[in-house]
Amino acid sequence: MKLTLEFGGGLELLCDSVKIHHVNVEPQAGESKLTMKHLLPWVRTNLIKERPEMFMKGDSVRPGVLVLVNDCDWELSGQLDTNLEDKDIVVFISTLHGG
Amino acid sequence: MESNGRPQASEILCQIESLRSSKDEIERQISDLEAQLQQLNCDENNCRKAEEDEVNSNGSSSCLILPSENGSFDPGHGLASDMIYRYSRQLLLPAFGVQGQANLLKSSVLVIGAGGLGSPALLYLAACGFGRIGIVDHDVVELNNLHRQIIHTEAYIGRPKVESAAAACRAINSTVEIVEHKEAFRATNALGIVRKYDIVVDATDNVPSRYLINDCCVVLGKPLVSGAALGLEGQLTVYNYNGGPCYRCLFPTPPPTTACQRCADSGVLGVVPGIIGCLQALEAIKIGSVVGDPFSGRMLLFDAISGRIRIVKIRGRSLQCEACGENAPLTEKQFQEFDYERFTQTPFSTAPLKLSLLPVDARISSKEYHERVVKGEPHVLVDVRPAHHYKIVSLPNSINIPFPSLEARLHEISSALMKKDESKNSADSNASLYVVCRRGNESQRAVEYLHKMGFSSAKDIIGGIQSWAHDVDPKFPTY
Repeated sequence: MKLTLEFGGGLELLCDSVKIHHVNVEPQAGESKLTMKHLLPWVRTNLIKERPEMFMKGDSVRPGVLVLVNDCDWELSGQLDTNLEDKDIVVFISTLHGG
Repeated sequence: MESNGRPQASEILCQIESLRSSKDEIERQISDLEAQLQQLNCDENNCRKAEEDEVNSNGSSSCLILPSENGSFDPGHGLASDMIYRYSRQLLLPAFGVQGQANLLKSSVLVIGAGGLGSPALLYLAACGFGRIGIVDHDVVELNNLHRQIIHTEAYIGRPKVESAAAACRAINSTVEIVEHKEAFRATNALGIVRKYDIVVDATDNVPSRYLINDCCVVLGKPLVSGAALGLEGQLTVYNYNGGPCYRCLFPTPPPTTACQRCADSGVLGVVPGIIGCLQALEAIKIGSVVGDPFSGRMLLFDAISGRIRIVKIRGRSLQCEACGENAPLTEKQFQEFDYERFTQTPFSTAPLKLSLLPVDARISSKEYHERVVKGEPHVLVDVRPAHHYKIVSLPNSINIPFPSLEARLHEISSALMKKDESKNSADSNASLYVVCRRGNESQRAVEYLHKMGFSSAKDIIGGIQSWAHDVDPKFPTY
């Protein structure tokens, strides 16, 4: 399944400062659908190059990271249970506090 | 030149200035009172309108045009003729018009932080005709603020930001009441300040302030226009408005402190907070004038470097929210007693950290280091700052090995030390190893690591290159 993954608000620093990643991720063996629950560890393993604790905490993202699936807060689509589809765009963005 | 006891020109000018400002103030009060009267008349008339419509159709209703006492015409919306002229280009907008402007003139806005976001926001808020604008800040203007905090000028360096910003706002629009709150915004004074305003603009730069301002707005039921910018990115949304979410609905748990970068460390391109600050002004204007669709439940994400703006839908108000949730709405008392620094593990002050990780004998002052250099002590100086910092300025004869790459480049240190050993005269002692960074924090971490890896003589320079500039070479650039 082709996905576009984007990192912003400083999270891109965890993956060699690359903001946009076009990736191919398959559902877990035995599952027909890919969920965010599966995508997060996939990202940690395959894209995050340093300080993985700045990306994930437990089985979710760390506090202060917004997850957007097709420009929509993942809280609105079931958070970890959000089903992903081909060509979906998932954005991980760290909130900024500067001014 | 003074002659025969006549007043000097500067004194006269001063008196004129003072009289002018009194005149402006009186005129503002008159127009406020006129607006109030107008409103009262309109309300009364609306009640009677049904019966009296026909009787008043010839123009005797005070909602319609009436000659006012000074003979000019009052168009019936509370806008004096100089206001009509000043705001004419806004009045000409069908979507904004007289009603939008009249609403704005009756509205008040509080801007917390007169920095990168607050500067452009305040300029537009003062220009557009809010009735009253409050400014909170406890900082003073510094030279390294001016690239982004465009409300301040060189003449105000060293003076309070609130004074500088208020003067700029008054210079643009003397008809707006500008209130200076020259104090730090804390739970102890927050309610008293915010209560006096209709809209709050969060233009601060740290995590505890963001939670504090949010909670204060929730307790008092004020809409919160929130903006943030860092590096080349910005974010904007409106919290606690029209049943929308508050900051805590989105971020119930504060981020780890290591995730919170500051402009002073990570840098920021001046125009980026400028853009977000302008958008904050726009949102405040929309709310104040009751025109348009404010960013409630939506968030704008701005990426300057790729030139992209993304507008995303965010979650609604959370019933479980600890600030605005159904079950346990925050009370004024709870708010005042809440420890925001403890909750976020971050101080309000954005002053840099001062770590103390190493024993005294593993550290050396910049002065002492300088003395050793002068004496010709053979040594290697490793600068562990990022390469782009090193390019700004560096100490002579240092080698740059950024802290994250230290592990992979230890061999460079070993060979540099060996070279020094070969070239030096006395045979008994090894060359010493010093580590420097910007402020003396990362250098301590580096020395800790170097000790572990067998470089037992490594010492860090206390206070980094900043202390070098302060104590050894005042001409050395700081940033």
